Amino acid sequence: MLWQALTFQLGYNATLVTLGAMLLGVAAGGTGTFLFLRKRALVSDAISHATLPGVGIAFLVMVAFGGDGRNLAGLLFGSAVTAWLGLLSVQWLNKNTRLSEDSAIGAVLSVFFGAGVVLLTVIQTMSQGRQAGLDSLLLGSTAGMLFSDALMIAAGGALVLGLALVFRRPMTLVAFDSDYAAANGSNVGRIDLLTMGLVLAVTVVGLKIVGLILIVALLIIPPVTARFWTDRAEKVWLISGVIGGAAGYLGAAISASAPNLPTGPIIVLVCFGLFAISLFFAPSRGALSSLIRHRRFQRHVHRRQGLLALANGHPIYERYTMRLLSQEGLIRPDGVATKSGERGAASAMLDERRWRLLREMPAHEDTAASYDGLSDLETVLTKDQLHELDMKLAEVTP
Amino acid sequence: MSGSEFVPLSLTPMLIGIFAAIACALPGNFLVLRKQALIGDAISHVVLPGIVLAFLVTGSVAAAPMMIGAAGAALVAVILIELIRRLGKIETGAAMGVTFTALFAAGVLLLERSDTSRVHLDVEHALMGNLESLIWLDATGWHSLLDPNALAGLPSELFRIAVVLVLIIALLITFWRPLKIATFDEEFAHGLGIPTTALSLGLVMTAAIAAVAAFDAVGSIIVIAMFICPPAAARLMTDGLKAQVWWSVGFATASAILGYVLAGYGPLWLGGSDSVSAAGMIATVSGVILAVSALAGPRRKGLMA
Repeated sequence: MLWQALTFQLGYNATLVTLGAMLLGVAAGGTGTFLFLRKRALVSDAISHATLPGVGIAFLVMVAFGGDGRNLAGLLFGSAVTAWLGLLSVQWLNKNTRLSEDSAIGAVLSVFFGAGVVLLTVIQTMSQGRQAGLDSLLLGSTAGMLFSDALMIAAGGALVLGLALVFRRPMTLVAFDSDYAAANGSNVGRIDLLTMGLVLAVTVVGLKIVGLILIVALLIIPPVTARFWTDRAEKVWLISGVIGGAAGYLGAAISASAPNLPTGPIIVLVCFGLFAISLFFAPSRGALSSLIRHRRFQRHVHRRQGLLALANGHPIYERYTMRLLSQEGLIRPDGVATKSGERGAASAMLDERRWRLLREMPAHEDTAASYDGLSDLETVLTKDQLHELDMKLAEVTP
Repeated sequence: MSGSEFVPLSLTPMLIGIFAAIACALPGNFLVLRKQALIGDAISHVVLPGIVLAFLVTGSVAAAPMMIGAAGAALVAVILIELIRRLGKIETGAAMGVTFTALFAAGVLLLERSDTSRVHLDVEHALMGNLESLIWLDATGWHSLLDPNALAGLPSELFRIAVVLVLIIALLITFWRPLKIATFDEEFAHGLGIPTTALSLGLVMTAAIAAVAAFDAVGSIIVIAMFICPPAAARLMTDGLKAQVWWSVGFATASAILGYVLAGYGPLWLGGSDSVSAAGMIATVSGVILAVSALAGPRRKGLMA
C-alpha cells in the first residue's frame, strides 16, 4: 500500500493530496527559513491561530449573502484577513507598548483563537452550520478534497514559492543582518512585511491539508533541520525546501496508505523524524559529531599535559590522563614513564620550548597568534623554519 | 435571575472559571516578565499527548492519571526544548516550535488511532473545554451552599482547581523574594546564592500544574489566554511587581465573570437562542482588556518613554 501511495497509484484523490502536500512543504520550508533566520519563528504561531476568526466571519458573510458558506476560496480569504490583523496586532503591541514580542505573540494567538471558537459555536447553532465542518480546518482534513480545492492549494503553493525565489536575496540579507541591510539601503520594514506576507500565504494555503494548529511545524522544523547541514544561508533555504517537500510527500503518502492516519499530524511527525536524525547524525553540527569532536579534544589535552608532567618529573594523579597514557604504553601502572613515554615526553617538552621561543620572536608574530597549547609546531612551520628555530634554541639554552 | 436558577447552573462554572483564570495568571506574571510567555503556549499544547497516553495506559478518563499524564508531558516537553536548544544550538523560540508541534501531532495521531468512542476525549474538547457542562445538579438555591448533601454533588473539577489555586498561592508567597530577584536580575540572584536554574524549572512546573488543572476544566484556550493576557495588561498598568500581580488577579477575575456572562446570556440579549463557547468568550474578553490597557494604560510605554 505504502509503495503504491508513494508512486501515486492510490487513485486520483490521494495523488492530488500527495502532490499538494509536497508543494506546500517546499513552499513552507523555503519561506520558514527567513522567519527562522530572523529569529521570529513563533510569530507564525500567532498568524496561524489568528486565521480562525476569519474563517468564521467568512462563513457567516457568505451565508448572509445567500451563498454556500463552505466555499474554500472565500474561507481562505477571510482567514487571510484576520491573520493579517493578528500579525499587525503583534507588531503594534511590540512597538507601542513595553510588552516583549513573546507576550504579544501569546496574547494575540490566544485571543484571536478564542474569538474564533466563539464564532464556531455560533455557526454550529445555525441550520446551515451543522454540516459546515469548519473545525476540520483546525487539524486539516484531506478526506473528500475537491479537485478545485487541490488546484487552489497547488497554485497557492507554487505562487508563494515563486515569490520567495524572486525575493530570496533581499529577504536573506534582512534575515541575516537587518542593520547591515538597512545601512545598504534596503527597506527593512517592507521586506519584513513581505516575509510575513509569504508566511501568511503558506498558513492559509496549508489550512486545508495540515490545519491551523500544526502548520507552524512546517514553517519551523524544516529550516531548523536544514541548519544542521550547512552554515550558508542560501543553502539553508534550499535544503529546508527539500526537507519540507519530502515531509509533505512522505507524510501524505503514509497517511493515504492506511485508515485512521490523519494527514497533518503524520506530515509533522515525518518532519520531526528528519529533524531528530539531523540533530544526532548531521556532520559537524550534529550532536554525535560534536561529542566525537569534544572527546578527541579532551584526549589531546590530557595526553599533552600528561606528557609534559612526565617531562618535568611531576607525578600524575588525574585518572583519565593515567588511563590514557598507560593505554598507549607511555607509562607503567605505577606511573613511571616507559621508554616510549620518555621519548614522547621529550618531544612534547621540545615542542613547548620551541613555542615559547617562537612567541618571543617578532618575525613569527602571525604564527605565534595561533598558539593554543595543543598544536605540534612541526605541523605549523616548514622544515627550514623549524631548523632555524632549533638553532636559536641551541643558542639560548646553555 | 433567581438563586434557584443561578446556583445550580452558573455558580460552579463561574467559580471554576475564576479559579482557573487566577491559577494561570499568577505564574503568568513571572513568565511574561522573564520573556517566557510562550512556554505557557507550549505547555498547553503538549497536555494533549499527555492525557491521551494516560488514557491509553489506564483505560479510563479519571482525573488523577490524566493530571499525571499531562504533568509528565509538560516535563518531557521542557526537557526536550532544553535538550534541542543545547544540543543543536538553536534559539529557544524555534526549539519550542519544533517540540510542541511534534508532541501535539503525536497526541492527535494517538487519539485517532485509539478507540475513544466510549469516553469523552477529543481534540476539540481539549482545546475548548466544556465549562458550561460543569453544573451543580444537587443545588436548588443559595441555601444549598449550607446543605452537606447538596455540597457532596459539587463537580469534582471545582475541588481540584481550588486545591491547585491554594497550592500556587502558597508557592508564590513562599518563593516571592527569590523569584522576584531572579526575575529582574538573574546574575545578582545567582550571586546571592539563589539556585536560579531550579527556581526557573520550578516556575515552569508550577505553570504546568496550573495549566493541567485548568485544562481539565476549561480547555487549553483559556490556559494560554490567562497565562499571558491578564499579566500583560497588568504590566501596562503599574511598575510594581506586587501591584502587577494584584492587577492581573483582578483582570483574570473580570475576564472569567464577564466572559462567562457574555457567552451565556449575550446571545439571548441579541435575540439568539443558544449560548456560545464560554472558554472562547473568556479569552476574547481578556484580549479586550489587554487592548484597552495597551491603548490607555498609564505604564504602557515603560520607564524610559
